[in-house]
Amino acid sequence: MTDYSVEEPVLIVEDLVRHYRLPKESLFAEHRYVYALNGVSFEIKKGKSFGVVGESGCGKSTLARNVMALEDTDGGSVRILGEEVVGLSFEQLRPLRQHFQMVFQDPYGSLDPHLNVDRIVAEPLAALGPLTSAERDERVREVLESVGLKSGDISKYPHEFSGGQRQRIAIARALITHPELIVADEPVSALDVSVQAQVLNLLKDLQESFGVTYMFISHDLAVVEYLCDEVAVMYLGEIVEKGRTEDLFANPAHPYTRILLDAVPQPGAAKKRDRIKLAGNVTGQTEIRAGCAFQDRCPMVKNVCRSEKPPLVAVEEEHLAACHFSADVRAKNKPAAG
Amino acid sequence: MSNSDPTSFLNRCRRSRSFLIGGVMTGFLLLCAAISLFWTPGSAYDIVIPDRFLPPSAEHWLGTDQFGRDIVSMLMTGTQNSIAVAVVAVSIGLIIGVSLGLLAAAKRGWTEEFIMRISDFSFAFPAILSAIMITAILGPGGVNSILAIGLYNIPVFARLTRGSANAIWAREFVLAARAAGKGKFRITFEHILPNVLSIIIVQATILFAIAILAEAALSYLGLGTQPPHPSWGRMLNEAQSLIFLDPWQAVFPGLAIATAVFGLNLLGDGLRDVLDPRLSRKR
Amino acid sequence: MTLLDVQDLTITLATAEGPARAVRDLSFSLERGETLGIVGESGCGKSMTALALMSLLPERSNTEGKILLESEDLLRFSEKDLCNIRGNRMAMIFQEPMTSLNPVHTIGHQVMEPLRLHKGLDKDAAHAEALRLLDRVGIPNPKARIRNYPHQLSGGQRQRVMIALALSCGPDILIADEPTTALDVTIQDQILELIQNLVSEDGMALILISHDLGVISENTDKVLVMYGGSAVETGRTDKIFGELTHPYTLGLFAAMPKLGMGRNARLATIPGVVPDLMNLPAGCTFFDRCPLASDHCRDASPPVHVLNPDHAVACHNIDDARGKKSEELYL
Repeated sequence: MTDYSVEEPVLIVEDLVRHYRLPKESLFAEHRYVYALNGVSFEIKKGKSFGVVGESGCGKSTLARNVMALEDTDGGSVRILGEEVVGLSFEQLRPLRQHFQMVFQDPYGSLDPHLNVDRIVAEPLAALGPLTSAERDERVREVLESVGLKSGDISKYPHEFSGGQRQRIAIARALITHPELIVADEPVSALDVSVQAQVLNLLKDLQESFGVTYMFISHDLAVVEYLCDEVAVMYLGEIVEKGRTEDLFANPAHPYTRILLDAVPQPGAAKKRDRIKLAGNVTGQTEIRAGCAFQDRCPMVKNVCRSEKPPLVAVEEEHLAACHFSADVRAKNKPAAG
Repeated sequence: MSNSDPTSFLNRCRRSRSFLIGGVMTGFLLLCAAISLFWTPGSAYDIVIPDRFLPPSAEHWLGTDQFGRDIVSMLMTGTQNSIAVAVVAVSIGLIIGVSLGLLAAAKRGWTEEFIMRISDFSFAFPAILSAIMITAILGPGGVNSILAIGLYNIPVFARLTRGSANAIWAREFVLAARAAGKGKFRITFEHILPNVLSIIIVQATILFAIAILAEAALSYLGLGTQPPHPSWGRMLNEAQSLIFLDPWQAVFPGLAIATAVFGLNLLGDGLRDVLDPRLSRKR
Repeated sequence: MTLLDVQDLTITLATAEGPARAVRDLSFSLERGETLGIVGESGCGKSMTALALMSLLPERSNTEGKILLESEDLLRFSEKDLCNIRGNRMAMIFQEPMTSLNPVHTIGHQVMEPLRLHKGLDKDAAHAEALRLLDRVGIPNPKARIRNYPHQLSGGQRQRVMIALALSCGPDILIADEPTTALDVTIQDQILELIQNLVSEDGMALILISHDLGVISENTDKVLVMYGGSAVETGRTDKIFGELTHPYTLGLFAAMPKLGMGRNARLATIPGVVPDLMNLPAGCTFFDRCPLASDHCRDASPPVHVLNPDHAVACHNIDDARGKKSEELYL
């Protein structure tokens, strides 16, 4: 599947910054900010899946909404198919939206309960401009078939479907404009295990048949490993490690990645495994401090981590990590991880 | 878990007792108003002095008043008046208030602040006092009382709509619609309005009852419907001074007002169950 | 004496659309110091079982069978006696720590309440005990935190407070219903370890309910795999994970993405959806999704085969299922 052609990446994100202003605590207090994204950069090649993992509050959902141009961005650049979307008005964005679509986490909240499947799935066609009703119906039929829904489902309402089927409807809605990029924000985390596998396989199959590119956001490392070619680990609004999935999972170079991997419970593993654990407590996102973002929770923190921010640098080909001691982390990795 | 039976909406209506009772009571009032348009048992306008203060009988079902007018006929004609005032007043509030509420929720920022502060301001005045003030300035009469009650309804609807609409704006399907490139105007009509409609309908029924009460109160004070048009509130007022002479006169208009208000409140309560979006819904 | 012995527990819920059988003929037992895991997908009856043990089922439900706590049948207890059992002998932790704590009271108030109610401590003693409990569940700086409201704590800390609450009266049995599902994986790790330590220190019995085979595998001694309200596979955790046998357990394991399986592997999927509790088949509840199903499975409840003293499977086609790899069944 590896493709080394020198094509323009579908998505290029450069130094993306997003700070939310908090409501004032009192009339005369200074405004405080939540630093949700502090300079995030990455790119996704055509037909590839890019995973973004991290825990709640790391900024991964903010990243998704900014890439989708659903929020005002505070700085940086997002180019989709070479076109800059940051700074465009809603009207200017509309014709571009057919190229990037989104799948949301909650299969119950992301479908309007008052609309039937036909109207839900056809909604993004609004960005395409006028279509004849025959064209429209043909597209809806075709896309429902590709996600494995029956044509009889077209007039049903969301409450008549199970969670897995609802997520299929949401995927159909994202596919109907034949987008280049689909941003999926935790699309399987609300589903039961057996249904989750069906949806994951569907996403894989759709990528194979349509060549669509995924930006896949998840807290579940096993899911990301299963679906993604490349993965970025986020912590407090920054990418701390990025690389090809197999490299990064087998030989992580950032202590946070190591800890995340160790914390995933494994069925059939010995009852208690030996593992590195998080130290300290969660740091807030409301301040920017000198040094490494991970310093308060890092089990191997040194003085330099508190004063100097580690840059995101290559530790091997196509594998970057932001840690002063990535060599030490890699040296401690067991020969065969997992 | 699904119930795709097309009659399920009707089934739910049938199962809700308050909807049924409230519906029957409200339906009865509407029927009275409709019949009185072309037929009443006696005359609501003709003064027949020899027949005054008659007790209920076969000829005058609920007796006559101090001018010998037939009370049933006056009540039936009065229903027309109450309903007309309530419908127009609630519609004014509904159309303007809901529009303002939807606008506030869609625009946020200064627009929202402005609309909400104005509605807060109008809430600061007791409703009936402001209605009295308006009718005092514009002069008493049916149209002015409609205006007074309607104005009071605007902020009620605006607040309710904004609150519910804000909750819908925060839902993921609205984000999905924005990701599909739909503008705020289209989202408001395609997603927000249908999802807040059931709440608005329930509120409208209850405000309808309040409007009937308000109209009665204004007429009772002599600021509403003017003679010779019969009105429940004024009938009550006139009966008050004669309460020891002829208690019947006070009882029936009071009962009519109570029936209307109670029926509409029950209906609103029942609608809340029937329109509950969590239950299956078919259009 | 066996601490908890559940015999033929059957729960029927009255719903608007008719009776729903949430749990059918469930039997298991639990000794002091033991950890039992109940695993299954949504609607399999695992939460209903937990609520039945606590006698907290909704009013419109019918419970049959026996729940013996040291030979006393809880189903025959009066509501007043049950109040004494809850909190005192059995305590429960729920999935969502935000909604299970009362937002208008400080955490100190909430931890002290059962101490004063059940243990009859006075205010100062309860305060001291609350500080000790918060410290024990790993709340940093309990003296300051005791005055905090739930919204001032992180999700993991709220779950620690819930655990402190559950432990306040020294229960014999702790029931944890998806205690870490709402938490991040690193926090999950910490909370599970905390629960493990507390259980072994106090010699409590633990019932850990989860949808996650990994969590169950790493934290329990015994497992009960549930599907459609029935137990399909039971036994010692190491024995079960050493030889997954029931077609459902095999499918569930195969459908779960596991670290290290790589991108070229393909997850097996169990066709169909979890069953509707309103119309379950008379026989095996897994009948309509099972690759091994025969007509027999639809009509008769599957017999329980004891593979060895520590491993039992309820399946008609046990010989076909045994020794099958999940890939053979589901691909």
